[in-house]
Parts: sequence; C-alpha cells; structure tokens
Amino acid sequence: MENTLLSLLIWLPIIGGGLVILLGNERASTARWVSLVISILVFVMSLSLWAGFDSSTHLMQFVEKSAWITQFNIHYHLGIDGISMPLIILTTFSTILVIAAGWEVIQKRPAHYMAAFLMMEGLIIGVFSSLDAILFYAFWEASLIPMLLIVGIWGGDNRVYAAIKFFLYTFLGSVFMLVSLIYMYNKGGSFSILDMHNLSLSATEQAWIFWAFFMAFAVKVPMFPVHTWLPDAHVQAPTGGSVILAAIMLKMGGYGFFRFSLPITPDASLQFSDVVIALSLIAIVYIGFVALVQRDMKKLIAYSSISHMGFVTLGVFALFLAYKPGSAEGALLGLEGAMVQMISHGFISAAMFLVVGVLYDRLHSREISTYGGVINSMPKFTGFAVLFAMANAGLPGTSGFVGEFMVILGAVQANIWYAVLAATTLIVGAAYTLWMVKRVFWGKITNPAVATLNDINGREFSILAILALAVLIVGLYPQPLIEVMHSSIDHLLNQALSSKL
Amino acid sequence: MENFYLTIALSPLIGAIIAGFFGRVLGRSATHTITILGVLVSTVLALMVFNHHVLERGEVFNQNLYTWMQIGNLNVSVGFLVDNLTSVMLVVVSFVSLMVHIYTIGYMHDDKDYTKFFSYISLFTFSMFMLVMSNNFMQLFFGWEAVGLVSYLLIGFWHHKESAVEANLKAFLVNRVGDFGFLLGIGLVLAFSGSLDYMEVFASLDNTVNQTLWGMDLITVICLLLFVGAMGKSAQVPLHVWLPGSMEGPTPISALIHAATMVTAGIFMVSRMSPMFEMSDVALTVVMVVGAITALFMGLLGIVQNDIKKVVAYSTLSQLGYMTVALGVSAYSVAIFHLMTHAFFKALLFLGAGSVIVAMHHEQDIRKMGGLRKKMPITYWTGLIGTLALIGFPGFAGFYSKDMIIEAVHFSQLPYADWVYYAVVAGVFITAFYSFRMFFLVFHGESRVDHHTEQHLHESPASITFPLIMLAIPSAIIGYFTIEPMLFAGWLDNAISVASRHLSMAELSGEFHGAAEMISHAVQTLPFWMMVGGIVVAWVFSIYRTKWADWVQKKFSVVDYVLQSLYGFDRFNEIVFVNGVKKLGNVLWKVSDSMVIDSMIVNGSARFIGFIGSMVRPIQTGYVYHYAFFMIFSLLIILTWTLFMGDKPLLVI
Repeated sequence: MENTLLSLLIWLPIIGGGLVILLGNERASTARWVSLVISILVFVMSLSLWAGFDSSTHLMQFVEKSAWITQFNIHYHLGIDGISMPLIILTTFSTILVIAAGWEVIQKRPAHYMAAFLMMEGLIIGVFSSLDAILFYAFWEASLIPMLLIVGIWGGDNRVYAAIKFFLYTFLGSVFMLVSLIYMYNKGGSFSILDMHNLSLSATEQAWIFWAFFMAFAVKVPMFPVHTWLPDAHVQAPTGGSVILAAIMLKMGGYGFFRFSLPITPDASLQFSDVVIALSLIAIVYIGFVALVQRDMKKLIAYSSISHMGFVTLGVFALFLAYKPGSAEGALLGLEGAMVQMISHGFISAAMFLVVGVLYDRLHSREISTYGGVINSMPKFTGFAVLFAMANAGLPGTSGFVGEFMVILGAVQANIWYAVLAATTLIVGAAYTLWMVKRVFWGKITNPAVATLNDINGREFSILAILALAVLIVGLYPQPLIEVMHSSIDHLLNQALSSKL
Repeated sequence: MENFYLTIALSPLIGAIIAGFFGRVLGRSATHTITILGVLVSTVLALMVFNHHVLERGEVFNQNLYTWMQIGNLNVSVGFLVDNLTSVMLVVVSFVSLMVHIYTIGYMHDDKDYTKFFSYISLFTFSMFMLVMSNNFMQLFFGWEAVGLVSYLLIGFWHHKESAVEANLKAFLVNRVGDFGFLLGIGLVLAFSGSLDYMEVFASLDNTVNQTLWGMDLITVICLLLFVGAMGKSAQVPLHVWLPGSMEGPTPISALIHAATMVTAGIFMVSRMSPMFEMSDVALTVVMVVGAITALFMGLLGIVQNDIKKVVAYSTLSQLGYMTVALGVSAYSVAIFHLMTHAFFKALLFLGAGSVIVAMHHEQDIRKMGGLRKKMPITYWTGLIGTLALIGFPGFAGFYSKDMIIEAVHFSQLPYADWVYYAVVAGVFITAFYSFRMFFLVFHGESRVDHHTEQHLHESPASITFPLIMLAIPSAIIGYFTIEPMLFAGWLDNAISVASRHLSMAELSGEFHGAAEMISHAVQTLPFWMMVGGIVVAWVFSIYRTKWADWVQKKFSVVDYVLQSLYGFDRFNEIVFVNGVKKLGNVLWKVSDSMVIDSMIVNGSARFIGFIGSMVRPIQTGYVYHYAFFMIFSLLIILTWTLFMGDKPLLVI
C-alpha cells in the first residue's frame, strides 16, 4: 500500500473523474456525490502521507520508480519531501472545497465540471510528486487543460479571451523549461530531477537554465511584470476555478523555485537574486497600490494574490544575503516563511474567492459598488468574511501573519530596505482589504437587492468554517507545519549555498 | 501559579467564545453572567497574582507554554512573563474590564447585538492579557494587533453609521502605520540578538554596541522603530488621528479600550523595553518631545470641543502625552503609575459621560446640557471625583502621578527638557480648564436641556452607577497609597531598569517625603496654581460670564480656526494620503498595468503575431498552381545563386 500511495493519489481522482464523465450530466446528483466521495477519499489518503512522513530526513519518501520510456532513460519516478508534501495535502484539501462549492450553482454540465476538478487534482499532485523531469513536465502541462476548460466553459462573459490568454501565457513560459530540461539530459544523461541537482554546470549554462526556469515559474507565480493574465483569468473563472488557480496553481511556480531553480542553478540564483528580489518587492508594493483602486472584488483579490506571492519569491531569494556563516536562521526564516506563505495563501485566497462566490451566486455581480451593508442581511457570512479579510491583511493569530512575519524577519537580515518595502504590506494590504470590507459589508444597505439576501446555508457555512479553522490553526500553531519541512529546507539551503563552479 | 496565569488569560477567552457562538441561544442574561464571571475570575486571580509578586515579592515567572515555531536555533514560543509590572497591569486591566462589563448591562440594554458586544469586550480583555503577559516579541505583536482588531470591531459596532465604519477603518490603518515601524523594530531586534525572547534579547544588548544603521546607533534605530509602534497604539502626534474618531463606538469601549487599557499598550511596551531605551538618549529625547507635543497640543483641542466624549478623548490624548513624557525622562515607573491612576479616573469619566449620554437620550453636545447635578447625583459626585483626579487636585490619584511626571521632567538632563517642562506645566492649566469647562457646562448652571428630555431625565440604573462608584474610590485614593511603594520602594524594580546616568528618579526619590507631605507642599508649587487658574477661568467662561467666551472666540478667531480644524491633520491626511494614494493606485493600474504591460506588451505581442500572420496569409492561397509557381521561381533563384554567385560559383561568367 505505502509504496503505491502517491500513484493512488494521482490516478484515483483522474480515473474517478473519467467515471464521473461517464455518469454524464443527466445524472448530476450522482455525479456530485461520487465526486465528493472521491475527493474526500483522496484527502484522507493524503493525510496518511503526513502520518507516515519522516520529518527527520530530507530524502525523498514514498518513492515509486519504474521504467517508462527506456530509450531516453525516462522513468515513472515519484517521491515527496517536506516541501511537496504540504502542497499535496493543500491540493487534496482545496479540491473538496471546490466540489462542495460548485454543488448548486453549477447547473451547466455539472458532471463535466466536477470531473475537471478531480482530474486537475490528480495532475497537480503529479506535478508535486514527480521526480522525473519529463514526467513533471507532462503533469505540468496537462494540468493546464482542465483549467483551460473550466475557465473556457464555465467562465464569465469574456471567458474565451481569458482562457486563451491564460493558456498561451503559461504555456509559453513552460516551453523554455522543457528546452533546459532536455539540455541537462543531453549533458548528464538522466531526466531524474535529483540527478540534475548534482549535475555540474558552468556559470553560463546556469544563467541560461535559470532564466528558462524563471520564465516558466515567474509566469505561474505570477511575478511582476508577467502577471496580467491572472486578474483576467480570475475575473472570468467560475468560483471554483479561481479557488484552485489561486490556492494551488500559483504554488506550482513557487514550488518550481524550490525544486529546480535553487538546487540546479545555485550560482545563477545567487547572481540574479537581486533581480528577483526587486521584482518581488515591486509585486508587493506596486501591486498593493493597484489592488487598492479595484472596483471588481475578484480583481482586487487577484491583485492581492500577486502581492502576497511576492513574499514567496522574496523569502526564497533573500536567502543569499540573509545567510550568515554560523547562523542560518535568517535564510531559513525566508525559505520556510515562503513555504508557510504558500500554504497560508492557499487557504486565504481560497476563502476570499469563496466569499466573493457566495455574493456572486446571489446577486451576479462582482462590483464592490453593488453591495454595502451586507452584514444586515448576512450576519454569519459577514463574520467569516471579516475573519478572512483580517487573515488577508496578515493579522497575527491567522495563517496570513505567519509567512509574512517570517519573511519580513528574514528580509531584515538580508537588507533592511527589503524589509521596509515588504512591511508596507501591513498598511497597504490592510487598506485594500478592509476598505473593500467597509464598502461591501458595513454601512447601510443602499441597494435594495442586498436587503433580500439570504444568509449562508449549511453547505456554505461548512466550507467557510473548515477554512476558518485551517486559517486559525496554522496561525496559532504553525510549528507542526514548519517541522515537517525543516529537514528538506535545511538540505535545500545547503544546496543553494554550495557552488557548482 | 502557572495555572493561575493561564486561567487569567483564558477565562475571558472562553467567555468570549461562548458569548460569540451561543449568545443568541443562551439569551442576554446568561451571556452577560458568563462573560462577567469570566472576567471576575481573572480579576480575583489577578489580585492574588499581584499579592504574590508585588506584596510578597514572589519570584518572577518566565516560562514558555508551547513552541510556536522552531527554526534552527531560533525558538519562538507562546509564554508568560509575570513580574511586578505585569501584575500591576493585570490588576488594572481586569478591574477596569470588570467594571465595564457590568456597566454594559445597563448601557447596551436596548441594543440588538447585546451578546455580541459582550463577546467582543471579553475577547478584548483576553487580548490585552496576552499582550501584558507575553515574554516575547511575537506574542507581544499578537496581543498588540489583537487589541487592534477588537478595537476595529467595536468602533464599528454600530455598523449602520457611516461615521463609525469610517472611523474604524481609519483607526486600524493608522495603527498599522505604527505596527509597520514596530515590526521592523522587532526584525532588527531579532537580527542583532538572534532571539525574540525578552530576557535573551536584554541579555545580548551588548551586541548592538558600535553598530550603526542609517547614520544612527543601531539601538537608537530599534528604539525609534519600536516607539513608532507605541505612537500608533498610544495615539501620539501625528498618529493620534484615529483616537477622536474611535469615539464613534459605544461608550463602554471608549472607556475600556480607548482610554484605560489598549491605548496604554504603547506606554507599557516602552516600559517593558526600558533596558533598550535606556541605551539611547537620542531615542529618549524623541520620546519625550513627542509626548510633550501630544500633551500640550491635544489638550488645547479639548478646550474647543463640545461633544462630551470628544472632550474626554482629547484629554486622554493629552494624558497619554504625559505618560510618554515620563518614559522619555526615564521615569518609567512614574509612567506606569500615571497609567494606573489614569486608567481608573479616565474610565470613570468616560462611564460618567456615558451615564449622562444615556440620560440625555444620546445627546452628546454639552451646550445642550446644564444643571444635571440635581437630577443625577451619583453621576455628579463620581464625575467630580474623576475630574479632580484628572486635573491633579491635591490628594486625588492624578495629583500624585502628574506631579511626579512634572518633577521628573524638571530633573531630566536631556536636551529640550526645559521646554518640555514648560509644556507639561502649561498642560496643567489647560487640563483644568477644559475639564471644568465640561463639568460646569454639564452639571452646573442653567439647564439647556430640551423640554422632552428634561422630563425623562433621571439617574442611571445601578448597573451603571455601581461601576462609577467602584471606579471613583481608586480615582480618589489610589495615588496616596501607592505612590511610595510604586515609585520609591521598588515595586517595579524587577521589571524596569534605569541607567545610572539618568538621574530623574534618583532626584525624585531624594525629594520625596511621603504622600501626605506632598499635599501640604502643593500650594507652594506652580502646577497647583496653574490648576486653580484653569478652574477659575473655566468657571468664568462657562458659569459666571458665558458671553466672554464668545467674545474671546471672536477676538482670537485665527486660533479658534486652527483649533477647530484640529491643526489640519485630518485634512492633510485626507489630501495627501487618502487621495494621493488613490490617485497613485489609479495611475499605476490604468497606465502602467493595463496600458503599458497588458495592452501594449502582452496583447501587443499577440497582435504583432497576428499582424505577421495577416501579412503571410495571402501567400497561402490554396491554389496548386500558385505553390508550383513559387516552387519553380524559388528553384530558379537558388540555381542562379549556386551557379553564378556565392563564394565558389560553379560557373564563372
């Protein structure tokens, strides 16, 4: 059982998704229930990754390896460490939520909708657990397809534009990654990611490979200035699509920096860390101001996502300056802060998009000006919304605080000005989030339609309550999360700091 | 004792959770009983803790509860540090909170969100306990922001009022400006000490010697950044702008949060960090000057306010300025002493104001009151005690604490201390003036109450008057009994350290000859006569010759304009920050993001490719003879090239 667990996690939802398609849209209710059961089953199984995880080692665990395309030495090679494991659980967790969230509102081809999310779940778990570069690439690109369909079929009025933009943009980035993977295969004779970690590369080679990777990952994160596909995609995507996009797909970019850029091209990462940090800080500050003036709630949250993801890349690339011989804490704070930020952003962005979804389902508007005084008709819902808004603004006690706190503390040790710029999010982040809260939830009801809103039902309540718990647990007690990743991050830090030249 | 500390913190939290989630099911009286019990337990235990630590000189308790995160050698935990400073804070917070809980029964009686309110104030009490009991910077920051959160929720409690939801946003954001500095300060603390634990940080302060940043000593930068945080929470100029707005919240929380406890968090924090601040005279000077500016100029604004709560709010700002001045001159224990006395008498004044507001059917304009003395005797007498305590009438609590601050400034050798001395002495006159102006206008003179209200005017119910009486007692006597042990007999010695070169406290100690002697000595001091002057002027303007006030107002219309416009801080912030940032955001969004990056570069490259496609497309006609023509024509060119031209032509003509 144990050595096929990852395969099960990947293929169960994919095959399950196929089954759901076979059930057909006519049997929508059965399709929903089957999807929900599968997603819960996958989640429970993914928890046994956590339970069986040995956090004392950085070595890959739950490894599966068998030959796939022998001519090119390509393997079906899976395994996880402390970096990928939490992301896999985040994936399985989020999938349950989106399936539950689409329960009633998706009336158009409901079985296909559920199936798309299940398949995407499997593919993304594949991304996080692949140890063979070609397998990784296959999952990476394949995961675009369900998202393309989700935006393109169940999206808003301008969905085709957004879907194509999303697809082309991310696809363009990934192609460069493929080229560099093939280059390294030609040089080292292996597509194994772990072999690539040890492949010796000259400074020039590293620079080329670094930027090729950077194209792929920066678009995904997304980093300034390759971020403009995200607001469009989010605005057009259905709620579930936005949730998965923000909560998980963006993390694939962050994961790429951890798994590929730092260990494969450590010298280039050091050399270009200034550039990446500059882009991260622009994302945090500039995008914060852009978020402030948005009138569309989803756009606002999309921009806020970009700003928050800036902390991930900042935390990762600040390590070179933050590291001091004899005290690695500064660098570790940045790296682990980046990881925590990814997990936390997974919860919070999912929650924020679901909050908007709840409103959109009722009034079919994402405009802030449509609302006002929602608390009067939806007090319970407002309670959740304010909690998540506070988490988005990084309030201590919520998960949103932990990652930002760690990254800022790490950044101080790299360069105080990084921290000064990053810490502006305390003000700007609170400003755009709470200003939206003020205009949507507080005040008198100005639009008569708002007065007729029904408060959240049991299903919506459960979804939001689960997320609220997750946000609070990570915020109040992040140590278990930090502990599982610690050995892997420690090892990664060593890799990043050992020159290949 | 460990369980005691845990219970102190958790019992209001449990109360808050029960009230918050089950309040509607349990009903009103069950909810308020549960939350009040929770705070009562904390109060009783806080008194026992106080007894153990302060009176019996028990060991300082410093222990971690659980590891919040462990990164390399860096351990960040949730834990408690309970020493005498904490003990004093616990008693003050729990007692005032208990009184406010009881008072709320009467004050919020008709509110539909009654149970929610109890949940919030209990949650606030928990947050404040976490803040004062913390043994590390992370938890301090947690408490720091948590009280900010509850303050946000409570200022906007009446969320249908536009002014309330504007005020709470403003309060949160201005506090965040402070927290911005505070967090950077914490980051620098970690950078030099490798720890966030207070004791470990204090033990490694030597690491900062000879380190500089931004052209200053590192420790100066750290202290200034931490102080920015304190300026936010404790509402020092220019981050004071949120506090008057916070009066939009229900009065009980104005008393609890925006007068007695949360706003003193900054004062507490600086006292807690005294080993750090003591290392930097530059930082201390800044602290002192900022405090003096706040004390003087915010007091002046109290004179022109006509909203009963606003007057008390500006008085709070001014008194916080006094505390900050005390911090600046290294008289931390005096600052805490004033914090304590102020907590009692300011909570009393606010709750008294609330009692008046309830009686007046939520009319808050003091020009429409007058002569309430007879109708509301308990409110009147307790209000008088609170006012006398505030202005520092000899014998009352505020007298001791304020006098000590003034004397401490007197002895300070920091630069500008002489100017600060004049400011705080002038402040005494101003305090007495605006306090008694309000007091006379509300309780004395002719009634200006409208007829309808007049008929229903009566003393408030027991749930309101009981807390007033309970707070009036310490407001009257606590200074007399605690000045000696707190300032000179070392109650706070195990928490506060003063560098030997800062002489204020030592000099004060030499001059102090007992609390009783201070009263008899008072008439020979300048502050006493400033105070008397303030009362007399207030009496003249508000009772004896009210027309003179109008005359002065007209004669000095420029001054009046400056004061009425609150020195223009709000307008400046509105124009520069609010509108400026919105404009900036719009430019960045529409020009940089939408136009340049998205339209021009991203979609531009898509259009460019489309353009190339449209150029090449006509060639792809689909007719075989076109393709055949191109093939033959191309072949001809290639042949010509290879035969006649190029590097090695096959045929040379």
